[in-house]
Amino acid sequence: MNIALPAESARGHGRPDPRLEQVIKLAVLAVGGQGGGVLTSWIVDLAERNGFAVQATSVAGVAQRTGATIYYVEMLANAERQPVFSLAPTPGDVDILIAAELMEAGRAIMRGFVTPDRTALIASAHRAYATAEKIVPGDALADRDAVREAMDASARTVVAFDMQQYAVRYGTVISASLFGALAASGTLPFPQKAFEEIIETSGRGAQASMRAFRAAAFTTVHGDGDKAAKPPQPGTASRREFPKVLAERIARLPDSIQDMARRGLEKVVGFQDADYGAEYLDHLDAVAGQDRAVGGEDRGFELTLAAAKHIANAMAYDDVIRVADIKTAFRRLREVEGAGGAGEQSVLKVTEYFHPSAKELCSMLPVGLGRAIEARPGLYARIDRFMNRGRRVRSNGLGGFLLLYAVAGMRRFRRRLLRHEVESVHLEAWLEAALGHARTNYPLAVQMLNCRRLIKGYSDTHARGLSKFDKVMAAAGSIADREDAADWVERLITSALADEQGEALDGALKTIGSFADTA
Amino acid sequence: MAERSFRKEVEQLRIGEGETFRGEGILAITKALLQCGVGYVGGYQGAPISHLMDVLADAQDILGELDVQFRANASEAAAAAMLAASVHYPIRGAVTFKSVVGTNVASDALSNLASGGVTGGAMVIIGEDYGEGSSIIQERVHAFAMKSQLWLLDPRPNLPSIVKAVEDGFELSEATRTPVLLEVRIRSCHVHGSFIARDNQRPEFTARDALDNPRRDTARVALPPAAFAHEKEKVEERWPAAVKFIRERKLNEFFGPDDGEIGIVLQGGMYNSVVRALQRLGLADVYGETQVPLYVLNVTYPLIDEEFLEFCRDKKAVLVVEEGQPNFIEQAYGAILHKAGVKLHLCGKDVFPMAGEYTGQVMLDGVTGFLKTQAPNLLPAQIRSPNRDANGSTLPDLSEVVPPRPPGFCTGCPERPIFAAMKLVEKELGPRHVSADIGCHLFSIMPPFEIGGTTMGYGLGPASGTAFKGDESNRPISIIGDGGFWHNGLASSIGNAVFNESDEVVVVVDNYYSAATGGQDILSSRASNPSKSTKHPITEAVKGVGVDWVRQVDRTYDVGRMQSVLHEALTTKQKGPKVIVASSECMLNRQRRERPLVAKAIGDGERVVKPRFGVDEDVCTGDHACMRLSGCPSLTVKKLDDPLRDDPVAYIDETCVGCGNCGEVADAAALCPSFYRVDTVHNPSAFELRLDRWRKGIIGWLQNRREARRAAAGSV
Repeated sequence: MNIALPAESARGHGRPDPRLEQVIKLAVLAVGGQGGGVLTSWIVDLAERNGFAVQATSVAGVAQRTGATIYYVEMLANAERQPVFSLAPTPGDVDILIAAELMEAGRAIMRGFVTPDRTALIASAHRAYATAEKIVPGDALADRDAVREAMDASARTVVAFDMQQYAVRYGTVISASLFGALAASGTLPFPQKAFEEIIETSGRGAQASMRAFRAAAFTTVHGDGDKAAKPPQPGTASRREFPKVLAERIARLPDSIQDMARRGLEKVVGFQDADYGAEYLDHLDAVAGQDRAVGGEDRGFELTLAAAKHIANAMAYDDVIRVADIKTAFRRLREVEGAGGAGEQSVLKVTEYFHPSAKELCSMLPVGLGRAIEARPGLYARIDRFMNRGRRVRSNGLGGFLLLYAVAGMRRFRRRLLRHEVESVHLEAWLEAALGHARTNYPLAVQMLNCRRLIKGYSDTHARGLSKFDKVMAAAGSIADREDAADWVERLITSALADEQGEALDGALKTIGSFADTA
Repeated sequence: MAERSFRKEVEQLRIGEGETFRGEGILAITKALLQCGVGYVGGYQGAPISHLMDVLADAQDILGELDVQFRANASEAAAAAMLAASVHYPIRGAVTFKSVVGTNVASDALSNLASGGVTGGAMVIIGEDYGEGSSIIQERVHAFAMKSQLWLLDPRPNLPSIVKAVEDGFELSEATRTPVLLEVRIRSCHVHGSFIARDNQRPEFTARDALDNPRRDTARVALPPAAFAHEKEKVEERWPAAVKFIRERKLNEFFGPDDGEIGIVLQGGMYNSVVRALQRLGLADVYGETQVPLYVLNVTYPLIDEEFLEFCRDKKAVLVVEEGQPNFIEQAYGAILHKAGVKLHLCGKDVFPMAGEYTGQVMLDGVTGFLKTQAPNLLPAQIRSPNRDANGSTLPDLSEVVPPRPPGFCTGCPERPIFAAMKLVEKELGPRHVSADIGCHLFSIMPPFEIGGTTMGYGLGPASGTAFKGDESNRPISIIGDGGFWHNGLASSIGNAVFNESDEVVVVVDNYYSAATGGQDILSSRASNPSKSTKHPITEAVKGVGVDWVRQVDRTYDVGRMQSVLHEALTTKQKGPKVIVASSECMLNRQRRERPLVAKAIGDGERVVKPRFGVDEDVCTGDHACMRLSGCPSLTVKKLDDPLRDDPVAYIDETCVGCGNCGEVADAAALCPSFYRVDTVHNPSAFELRLDRWRKGIIGWLQNRREARRAAAGSV
């Protein structure tokens, strides 16, 4: 070939300049506000002070307003003159990728900036949830494990742990922890001391930065294994002692149900009292008996498990008394004051945001009176005009506390109040509808119990949840004779939680309606 | 006060001959202007040249010492019009703005300036906001250069080349009586590098000299018959002069061997990417010594036919590397080759995509594609005939996992409650046609708010709703920011609405700054600015042009008030535009201003109250209704370690600044009672502390009493 093209013979050998391989290419993927710019300028200073030729670029502008953004650095040791560096990273050609958040590491992998042959990935494993994950009524959190697996599969080496924790602990920004992890990772040819010198001269906040830097550097070397194994933290309202009699009844339930039942019982007793807990166990015993009768043992008592969970949630409904009870609980006030950063020499004022309406008032009245008002639209509207407005209550001030304390004290009369009546009727109807299918279509009965998940929130949100619940329960009943009815109901629950207005649910219901008609 | 301070960096502007300057591209441009003896500078902020405006503002002392005038112009049009100072007087002037949007706004003045021509060098530094990270429409500035006969400089993206382009540009402008555009791309503006400085020059002829010796020349005014003469002068005198200057001064550069069957012509700004592609193909070394001949257009308009034809001599194929579309350069070269009767293979948009940024991968693919067909012998064996498909690598597919993360309102942003209120009013009165505008408030179009259907340009929100004349049943809404309002909105949007008796609701989002561009001061800014006149209320301006229905909301976080004002505006029987000025300070700037002061006050033992918000996780049911009315980064979710609970609950993280939006929205939308505010009183008085102890004592006693009773309750 060379003979045929003599003019080109001296050129085009196609072997990249070996010096090119010595260029260190480093990209930072961050979310606006995480200090990506500061981190980049530290890296530039570090390279320059150590005699490297260096170039850095960034994309400024609105991308930095909470959006994903990227910084890029190239550097070369012992350059004779200014090398020609690239202004942007190229897939497959990045040596060090720093991601300031877990999903940003995922984004870097998607963009091809992390490759097994060359990329050292340094990522903070904490999550800063994106709006898309937060606005869904159900659980739309991105799959962390998928990203962690992809990190291990894509990178040459991985340093990944929660680096945000040190930024929070020392009151600084994650850029400092990332710089620490970078230093300790040994991916740049500079000693840790050289990194520390940069931080020391970084001006305001240098001390806090140094602490976060050192903590992250330490964890990079020694790992943070023990932190992953922290004990589960139950909710503040659900830590209650309950009488032995109840504990003994739990022990008689199937083994696989006992943990859930214990938590459910705690919740219900905390909500009302031990008698109410006994009532919960009555329900559960009934379900368990039926479960055994229909051969639930072979199915791991799924029906009883679902019942243990959802009956507890249904019995511990979110009424005004419960809210007041939680707001005035000893543990709660202590935790709030802790989170407020109260030192010895500070005073905390806690303000609650309430917005009661006539509906809440009626629900708090004895059944007869509450119903009587609800039956008189004019009166109801007058009361609503008076009631329906935002009320701010200083819950740790004497007045506010006493008010809420008094409301919480209405617990004694709770079972005589309208709300309790409504909830009890609803509970019975739901259980009857679901359990009616236990013998003929066991999985469907389980999913119908799971429908309870759709009821949540307060006021409008609660009403919307109820309407979704009703729709799904009705649809479930209409397809009860289908073998795949349970799958469909599960799908309905998922779509009901996908958006606020229930558009996805209505779409799914249409599909079901179509084959329910033809069946 | 701008978001970023360059007080420290601008000291480098004083360095003299032979010293090494280190810093970002924009700072280097400023230094180059001073080295060129510029007499006046100005512009309008916007990424990627916002920092250039900030640098100029922070360098006012140094500029003053050199007798250089600095103006923060009201718009790009005003900036371009300011270059009129160079029409009759031998003063060098430079203005800067973002492009293509800024050039659009400036084009009236630029056309007039280009028609009459200039005496002193006139330069527009164009921040080309194209490609990744861009916030605007994707168009090229090239068309403006062609239509108005403005010379377009596109230097290689390194500091020495950019500095040289500033120097060459002024000389070119003066030699051809033509204003020049200096195009710098997003990354060039922020590229960190170094160059060897020269001494700063005082302008030989200052703006003051001009005022003392006024001149005029009717022949330079763009009005027929002079305008006809200008057009002829452009093509017959200025263009040939430019071609001559560019050739003689070798503004365009050649790299690599003189011979070779193929070559690459490229825009200067593409140089590093082209070289990186060649480096990866083994055709260039780390310093850019290339084996493929390169013809680098540091001036992309006008093109130099002779230079190009010389470069093409004995070549069988030439690749044109020209980012964006239309491919003006490639088309022109095709015509040049055709006219000259030269037969060669002209490649360009056949191997490159017509639209979009030439990223590293696009460049590598394009150059490889060109070489594969035109000079395969230059390529390494594995690229010529790869054993495996290069694209077939098995990257894990995370496209279904990783959520999108577009920019949005910052933590505590005062604009959030405005749109939360709009959302609530929408629920009540039904959806309305909403015209959006340019600014941070445009984030409203994205989740969770999804408000606003069009954006027609800066300050044109209300103007873009002009066709819709509503009444109290279907009145349309339009948004405009304080930045857009003063940019041209007062006349184009408000005046327009008054004159046409529009029946629309205009929401002026006033955050005290031109916030999206980095927090520069504008007329209605509340801060005192040592060199600018601020504190001019928007309401006064609006009333001044004839709006009768004006409401001022002084705390946007008051969602209830925001909601009721919007409701009133939408339902009132009064005709004509209804203007709501919703004012609260940009939280980013407010935090930057207040945080150090608060920390100091606490340190000094002063009584300081700091608010923040929290959520009771046991009260929260995990419905996330609050987030659908917020999108605040600090209002996030938390997965509980409780098998009874399926859905993650709301959680407010440590970045909360206590703006109050959460509580206000929970209240206004009657969401749920989970939110609470904690006011931490630092350094309380002794009396306050004593009261607090008593209070805690009583509350603690009551709590214990209840716990004891509860334990005893029940008959089980």
